[in-house]
Amino acid sequence: MEWETVIGLEVHVQLNTATKIFSGASTAFGAEPNTQACAIDLAMPGTLPVVNAEAYRKAVMFGLAIDAGIAKRSVFDRKNYFYPDLPKGYQTTQLDIPIVGPGHIDLQLGEGKTKRVRIHHAHLEEDAGKSLHEDFHGMSGIDLNRAGTPLIEVVSEPDMNNSVEAVAFAKQLHSIVTSIGICDGKMAQGSMRFDVNISVRPKGQEELGTRTETKNLNSFKFMEEAIALEVERQIDILEDGGSIAQETRLYNSDAKTSKSMRSKEEANDYRYFPCPDLLPVEIDDDFIEAVRKQLPELPAERQARFVDTYKLSEYDASLLSASADLAHFFEAAASSDAKLAANWVMGEVSARLNADDKAIAESPVTGDMLGDMIARLKDNTISSKQAKQVFEGMWKGEGNADAVIEKRGLKQVSDTGALEGMVDAVLAANAAMVEDYKNTDESKRKKKLGGFMGQIMKASKGQANPQMINQILMKKLNELV
Amino acid sequence: MAVDRSEIEKLAVLARIEMTDEAAEQVASSISDVLKLVDQLQAADTDGVAPMAHPMDAVQRLRLDEVSESDQREKFQAIAPATENGLYLVPKVID
Repeated sequence: MEWETVIGLEVHVQLNTATKIFSGASTAFGAEPNTQACAIDLAMPGTLPVVNAEAYRKAVMFGLAIDAGIAKRSVFDRKNYFYPDLPKGYQTTQLDIPIVGPGHIDLQLGEGKTKRVRIHHAHLEEDAGKSLHEDFHGMSGIDLNRAGTPLIEVVSEPDMNNSVEAVAFAKQLHSIVTSIGICDGKMAQGSMRFDVNISVRPKGQEELGTRTETKNLNSFKFMEEAIALEVERQIDILEDGGSIAQETRLYNSDAKTSKSMRSKEEANDYRYFPCPDLLPVEIDDDFIEAVRKQLPELPAERQARFVDTYKLSEYDASLLSASADLAHFFEAAASSDAKLAANWVMGEVSARLNADDKAIAESPVTGDMLGDMIARLKDNTISSKQAKQVFEGMWKGEGNADAVIEKRGLKQVSDTGALEGMVDAVLAANAAMVEDYKNTDESKRKKKLGGFMGQIMKASKGQANPQMINQILMKKLNELV
Repeated sequence: MAVDRSEIEKLAVLARIEMTDEAAEQVASSISDVLKLVDQLQAADTDGVAPMAHPMDAVQRLRLDEVSESDQREKFQAIAPATENGLYLVPKVID
């Protein structure tokens, strides 16, 4: 039987506010455990939450970016469950009237194919703390620094049909939230976490199959793996005549297996009710319009502009416009030659960043520095081979392109007189090679040029302009023949 | 509207409260009495009345995004039953 997969995503996006959603404690990552967990975050008796305006502004900005309706009046609810990293015994969230209503995200699936994924809604809520299960004398350790960090949970409609679309959605969402500057996008630090709802049904069937939810995936790769595994598991069960249990599952990225989280099922009765500690939040058109004015260029707009302004291919434009940092870097580097800049950013720069495990914002070579180097390439000061050495020098902190060229003596020789001298010297010193060239059939002579080129480049210590040498060499040899 | 003992027992599990059979019976009866009051409220005609999210007819004041809390871990951990390396220790819970 042919099966169709149906996927919906719930994505937790940590907002990059300075403080928690309901308290004035810092949200900076990496602090000593519990040094950023104040009385409100610890749920001390008598404390009351006060909503962070910036969390609201960022949630509204997200809503505008996905063309969604914004609720001018939204309400916080309590979702009740017990877990030690949630000291209040409930998570403050939004159930019935979330801040962001239905919207959509358009995916680019390559070869000009696009797909619109509908967003059901996005709501504001607080993050929980972290449980550390290493052995503390048979106990668990709790760090509540993360407790109360503002999140938006983005809930998609089940509009995706395979892992490629799901990953494209996740990447596009990542691109949007980082571009509008509401999330740092650091997946390894848990800034974005994905829950994937998956079901399968016989192709052509209208009714959806029973779904499972695989929780807490924090990389695109794990998401892809977990989807493949779960789809296969469900199809195997159904083809063996079994049925799918609606359950929450946990993916183990080391073992490449998943298992049911039974404890979650027992507690799956959250007894939501409106939070009596918080009044409804009301915002007006002025607030929304002010946020709209602050909305920076969106990835889709930027991609179109890159194609238009820099004449990049759709593919290159989509890669370079994916994050605001990368886009800024490219634009700074593109001052003299956009296509060269694109190649350098996607090639050498990306490779070095990967190798050193750095983000583009941490690159020791800035976009401006790369742009200056490309200018030296364009004006023939250096050859593309020398450019690699210049880049290397800049990466190692030897200064900007001109400083490295100077320091490493990398100037390309483009002076016709000097180059002619070098060619003459090499031809004179290699009479046998010249004789051989003369005796070679005209159609095969091209192959003999390499030997001369090698000698000349060696003599010039790699500094001769190869295009010019090539021309001069051809001219001189043809005169001899 | 009334609740029976089995519903009370389920709620007790969700709330992590231990309850004897006798207590469950009693609580079921008390909560059923409260729900009778709710029944009276529900008899009121509320057609055309917008639901309220809060009994107070006011809106939430928002706070500026500025750090106003300092580290008071030592004070908080002084009253915690068990801590180590800055972590609060709790009975092992693992999914």
